[in-house]
Amino acid sequence: MKVALFVPCYIDQFYPQVAIATLEVLEKLGASVSYPEKQTCCGQPMANAGFEDLTDPCNTIFIRQFSGFDYIVSPSGSCVLHIKDHLHSSANHEETSQIKKKVFELTEFLTDIVGVKHLNSKFYHKVGLHQSCHGQRGLKLSQMSELIAPDFSKPQDLLRMVEGLELIDLDRKDECCGFGGMFSVSEEAVSVKMGKDRVADHLQYGAEYITANDMSCLMHLEGILRRQKSPTKVIHIAEILNAGL
Amino acid sequence: MDTETTILDRKTSSDHATLADKFNLDEPRVDWHDKTLWFIRKKRDKAASQLQEWEQLRAVASDIKNNVLANLHTYLLAFERNAQQHGITVHWASDAAEHNKIVHKIIEKTGIKQVVKSKSMLTEECHLNAYLKTQGIEVIDTDLGERIVQLAGEPPSHIVLPCIHWKKEEIGELFSHHLGTPEGNSDPQFLTAAARIHLRQHFMSSRLAITGVNFAVAETGEIVVCTNEGNADLGVQLADVHIACVGIEKIIPLRKHLGVFLRLLARSATGQPITTYSSHFQKPRKGQEMHIVLVDNGRSKRLGSADFRNALKCIRCGACMNTCPVYRRSGGHSYHYAIAGPIGAILAPGLDMKKHADLPFASTLCGSCSNVCPVKIDIHDQLYKWRQLLAQNRKVGITKRVAANTMAYILSHHTLYTFAGTAGRWLMKYVPFIISNRFNPWYKQREMPKPPEHSFARWYHQNRNFK
Amino acid sequence: MSSRDHILEVIRKNQPKGLPLQEIAFSDGEPFDKISKFTTVLESIGGTVIPINEWGEVEAYLNQRFSTEKRWVNLVPELRNLAPLADFTEDPHLLENVMVAILPGHFGVAENGAVWITEELMGDRALPFICEHLALIIRAENIFPTLHDAYTHIDKSQYGFGTYIAGPSKTADIEQSLVLGAHGPKSLMLFLITET
Repeated sequence: MKVALFVPCYIDQFYPQVAIATLEVLEKLGASVSYPEKQTCCGQPMANAGFEDLTDPCNTIFIRQFSGFDYIVSPSGSCVLHIKDHLHSSANHEETSQIKKKVFELTEFLTDIVGVKHLNSKFYHKVGLHQSCHGQRGLKLSQMSELIAPDFSKPQDLLRMVEGLELIDLDRKDECCGFGGMFSVSEEAVSVKMGKDRVADHLQYGAEYITANDMSCLMHLEGILRRQKSPTKVIHIAEILNAGL
Repeated sequence: MDTETTILDRKTSSDHATLADKFNLDEPRVDWHDKTLWFIRKKRDKAASQLQEWEQLRAVASDIKNNVLANLHTYLLAFERNAQQHGITVHWASDAAEHNKIVHKIIEKTGIKQVVKSKSMLTEECHLNAYLKTQGIEVIDTDLGERIVQLAGEPPSHIVLPCIHWKKEEIGELFSHHLGTPEGNSDPQFLTAAARIHLRQHFMSSRLAITGVNFAVAETGEIVVCTNEGNADLGVQLADVHIACVGIEKIIPLRKHLGVFLRLLARSATGQPITTYSSHFQKPRKGQEMHIVLVDNGRSKRLGSADFRNALKCIRCGACMNTCPVYRRSGGHSYHYAIAGPIGAILAPGLDMKKHADLPFASTLCGSCSNVCPVKIDIHDQLYKWRQLLAQNRKVGITKRVAANTMAYILSHHTLYTFAGTAGRWLMKYVPFIISNRFNPWYKQREMPKPPEHSFARWYHQNRNFK
Repeated sequence: MSSRDHILEVIRKNQPKGLPLQEIAFSDGEPFDKISKFTTVLESIGGTVIPINEWGEVEAYLNQRFSTEKRWVNLVPELRNLAPLADFTEDPHLLENVMVAILPGHFGVAENGAVWITEELMGDRALPFICEHLALIIRAENIFPTLHDAYTHIDKSQYGFGTYIAGPSKTADIEQSLVLGAHGPKSLMLFLITET
């Protein structure tokens, strides 16, 4: 199984430990992983701001870097969703549609492709799971509270395999954190208020860590936690799964 | 230059971000607003979960509405013919101005100077009240929430819950001023009773009633109006003239389709199994005059857009507002349009792209709105598409455009990306005030991420690239 | 070109193609007891359900509850003794002082507690809305499970005016506090005839 690691640009730059954990989890579970070194970004920051037409070069780079693998795996629901929904190339239809089929968010890959049923991971903490919207509602990693349908959650199932991990309840189990890319600065007041409310929900149930499939949400929540001088930390789900594995 | 400024530039005093900023100055009030609306969202969840076939109902409703959009021409003609056969006068208005003129003409002929009106978002969209005022006609809004905001001189902040942003103490004060209730009494039971007496006088004296329309049935030419208070019926049944204003998209093909839509409407809106009254008007009362004004106002044009026509399926339940984390924390007035929230944000730019260029950006694209929508409008996808169209038409602020262009340029070149990343991390580590200052909206209430020593790419090159 | 013709022309040009109308077909949910569902739902939205076996029980109930308020208007032939059948040739505004209106309904809907009533059963269209209290009477066998069943029954029948009434008039516009009796009836009594 030839797996390409797709690392979101802000993880590469600001949270390298998340990419390392992702790589190690995949390797420990037996995948042959490589990191195409010339990758840059999926193009989402521009596209969500209304400038999808500026993303052609990013698309070209992405297609060139990620062609020919069995799977493409990324520790971000948001970036994976962007690729699935918006990757396009007038020159290379076949490769584009192949990539869209082969790209997976990490927990989705572990659940649906690797078929993980057991993990040796250990993490002795109270953890709150933040459901990042693009992973949850876009990639359908978990059942959404708005829909009347049976409950399921891929990230939650994996977290339940981790020894010592206590998953806390939340009042609002899938409300948006308010990051939203450019929204976080263009709508600063609402963005921060949403983040504060998410943080408060996790704190009232005693979370020592807030985890998620997306580091962008966590970067926003971390900014708020640190401003509040809270001892509660954020941690990407890959880091938890990699702990003690 | 004003088309160049909106999103990050904050040069207008009335864009969503600025108004939301103001709304957030009173944090306990934001909490109260958020919790009130979340409570309604939970009631909706509970009501929906009691129907096993809920998702199937949504799918069927969506299919019917898609069929309506594809056959609107036929259905409108059938509706008109059937309504006329039942003695109803049907009018057509191309835009808001024509709608207002038609309504005014009907009123003028009767010589009536004061009319009652039940809830109609269409008349809000057309600014009917303000127009009639200039013509010397006073409109009394009879829905309690609408009457409250009318007395306060405000537009509704929510299409189903017009005064959801008002506290009972403030309403007590308002009523004390306008209706003469004792000062300091803010008991909802008492205030509602006072409004009942106040509005009953208007019901008894008004000879003309205006209503909105929830559904117009092509097959039968009947219109259906839903209220909890009974204000539409009290107005109409006591009046000599009934004017019903309806957007052309409110047509449904068959009477039996009401079974689908009435099951969805109130459950989605407030979590009720049905509104108290769902009144089917097929013919005017004996001796009564009945008019239906069919209004286009941009709808036929929108029908031609594959990306945006879907928004015409809306049945105005307000569920997308109740679930929207941004709406709950910015208030309906921050959308500066008759219809607030996610649905308003995709409808408004269709009417005036320049004026409402900020609205599609008042969202994190979380997608909750599309999930609660009873007719499955792809609201958050349309928000994304509006952003693209706004950028193409240069309606996005210069700051955001420069940022996007810079990012795109850097991210299009790997060596530049590597260099910029190194420079960015170095800058953040050693000269934090460059970024961590008050001019950076991120830093105002949040810490910046702590920059690491090296990027992942560098680590990988050093640790794994031996293969 | 008139506005009408112009609007229709643009629509004809702009409307998408295809999309035939599907038949509405729902998988039957769990079967439920229609009467108890109807009763529970109607009471949860502020109505009062009074099961009766004979007409005299209506009289007894109303006499007890409205012992001093006798401005009743009755449209139920079987209750002629209770109050004379009203004559509606006069101005509906005169109905404003009606304390109790007693009207027959066509049928009830279990899933939402609503009662379907058309104008020939109302005497005057204003009556169900203007009275202080509304009493509706239906037979238990005339309860349909859902609105789909209700519309199948209504079918293509003609009525000038028909309405579903589900509980008393209400509002929650002031801070979401539920208040019964917004503009219309302050209470709704539903007499449910379980045996003839």
